[in-house]
Amino acid sequence: MKIALLGNPNTGKSSIFNLLTGMRQHVGNFPGVTVDKKEGTVKIKGETYSIIDFPGTYSVYPRSKDEQVVYDVLSNSAHKDYPSVALVVADATNIERNLLLFSQIYDLNIPCVLALNMRDLAKGKGIEIDITALEVAFPAAKIVETNARAGFGKDRLLNALETADRKSVHAPFLPNAKLAAVEDYKAQEAEAAARFEHIQLLVQKIKKVTLPKKQSFDTKLDRILVHPIFGYVIFSAILLIIFQFIFAVATIPMDLIDGSFSKFSAYISSLLPQGILSDLIAQGIIPGIGGVVVFVPQIALLFFFISLLEESGYLARVVFIMDRIMRPLGLNGKSVVPLMSSVACAIPGVMATRTISDWKERLITILVAPLMSCSARIPVYTLLIALVIPNKTLFHFFNLQGLVLFGLYALGLFAALLIAFILKQTIKTKEKGYLLLELPSFKPPQWKNVGMVVWEKLRVFVTDAGKVILAISIILWAMATFGPSNQMQLAEKNVRQSAKHSTLSKAETEQKVAAIRLENSYIGILGKTIEPVIRPLGYDWKIGISLITSFAAREVFVGSLATIYAVQDDGGENKRLIDRLREDKRADGKPTYTLASGVSLMIFYVFAMQCMATLAVVKRETKSWKWPLIQIGFMAALAYTGAWIAYTLLA
Amino acid sequence: MQKLLSTIRPGQHVTVASIQDSFLKPKLMEMGLVIGKEIEVLFCAPLGDPIAIDVQGYVLSLRLEEAALIQVNVAGQSKDFS
Repeated sequence: MKIALLGNPNTGKSSIFNLLTGMRQHVGNFPGVTVDKKEGTVKIKGETYSIIDFPGTYSVYPRSKDEQVVYDVLSNSAHKDYPSVALVVADATNIERNLLLFSQIYDLNIPCVLALNMRDLAKGKGIEIDITALEVAFPAAKIVETNARAGFGKDRLLNALETADRKSVHAPFLPNAKLAAVEDYKAQEAEAAARFEHIQLLVQKIKKVTLPKKQSFDTKLDRILVHPIFGYVIFSAILLIIFQFIFAVATIPMDLIDGSFSKFSAYISSLLPQGILSDLIAQGIIPGIGGVVVFVPQIALLFFFISLLEESGYLARVVFIMDRIMRPLGLNGKSVVPLMSSVACAIPGVMATRTISDWKERLITILVAPLMSCSARIPVYTLLIALVIPNKTLFHFFNLQGLVLFGLYALGLFAALLIAFILKQTIKTKEKGYLLLELPSFKPPQWKNVGMVVWEKLRVFVTDAGKVILAISIILWAMATFGPSNQMQLAEKNVRQSAKHSTLSKAETEQKVAAIRLENSYIGILGKTIEPVIRPLGYDWKIGISLITSFAAREVFVGSLATIYAVQDDGGENKRLIDRLREDKRADGKPTYTLASGVSLMIFYVFAMQCMATLAVVKRETKSWKWPLIQIGFMAALAYTGAWIAYTLLA
Repeated sequence: MQKLLSTIRPGQHVTVASIQDSFLKPKLMEMGLVIGKEIEVLFCAPLGDPIAIDVQGYVLSLRLEEAALIQVNVAGQSKDFS
């Protein structure tokens, strides 16, 4: 048996889904569309049934890709996801609007169970609903009162699902009801008007309000949350707290993960006999997996906060106050949280665009999110700033290095907004942007739902994006480990030979060997090959190698330079690395790292994609390679042009 | 008298008179904005757009662009009448 879970947004549909399935759920695909399919299983009397949680809609007629899925499945009884029973969740506090969708599904002759949810909230508002009278109006459906937040009604729901009338053919709620075509607006309007006429008559009979209507607490709270000043102050404060947590708290487990993975890979390489296999595991696979796992704390924390905001109802208010500001840029009020999240890390940022229902606005948000300066750029920025920007104070107040750092962040933000504006003009869609958003009533968040969101996001990241990240890590490892014919061995032999006659310590010799091996590997050769291309930006082949290796992740840039200059990566301080970089000279005797080449590099890192994890996540979220490749392309073009302009102006 | 919903000030109660033909018309109706429905404009966002309205039972926010599709009847002599 297949169960379809349907309902308006904000009716507690996901609470019902979690209540029924527990942990037995996963995310899949609806074939051919970029919409996630949340699927789970539910056990009723020893039988296992599958249940699909469809996107929340107000009617069966679609205006977006998410809603299209509902129409496609319900209108086609040959569809492989066509349900044998529809479980429709309705909000008891707003029975009139909710009955529209329910009556539509009822009239499709799909066996129905109606879960009248949020009983407690309805009671609090003095709303009483006569279930028996409702059952008379929908004789073929089972109606169950639930309060999914409190776990109330599960057994009766299961029972109703099991005993739901599957003989189907019954008299429709709306006489002569017929499913209209997606583009037939006239028929849809007539249907909505006719349905509401019937529903209003029914609701008059079944609904009693025993308490007088008063200005709700929600409206009072809203007046503060959308206030022209307090509204933005409160939003900024909430963002600040979230970032504080992500930077201060997430770095602890991240360092721990980093440390454990490098210890583990050292342990493995000491355990296995020396050779390619040991290298592959210790330097390719384990750091590759580490490169996936290291993002887990940030993703978990960010989605913990985002789903708290969403569950409580606050996120809709953020959309409300930001919508007008973001609209001219082709973005949406819902783009704000993903873009802000990208300052910590673009990966959860891109994943958070799921809430944007308009495909074009969502796509634009995804494409520009990695331009926001993320935390992985910090090590690159700080090294380069310390290297080429003098530590001066301007006007007795501004620290020049701090100003430059601020400038880099501002440049990223500016580029993101500008590109969004350009994309708005270039990407064509049939869908027209609009905002019809329910401001749900405020409620305390439900921890189980928050936990499920975090768990789902992590699982999708590790399983889907993780594969791509691991694959790219292994490719990069292979390119850094192998070189053409015997070139590497020859070079290594030479270094070891000359080391014998010098006073170098064993560690110093090993560093020299590592450097010479990297220089003669495929990556090293590639770095040298691209030198003519990057010379106009002020870079040499050593920087070229680091640019290629840091495609894995930006912070790898620092580690790569440390290997090339054969200095010990002493974890963050990099004091010795900075001295080496300062001393480094070009063939013509001028220093490699000048103000011009340094700034050019910084600007390159503001714009360039340089993050395979983001690439993998964009591929996962847009469900094709087209958009991530376009994204890499325009970001590279931006990086190259920006860096070239900076170098030309400053040199 | 009839006005566009986009011109109604917060705090005013109105009823839906008609909705201009557009791809959003069925959508607006499905969200409860059927003819004769009483609604109240609750508040607007800082730049005056979008607005939030009470559609008897829930709060709906929509842009002025969407609100301008909706003709409403302003009950009696409103203070706005000038």
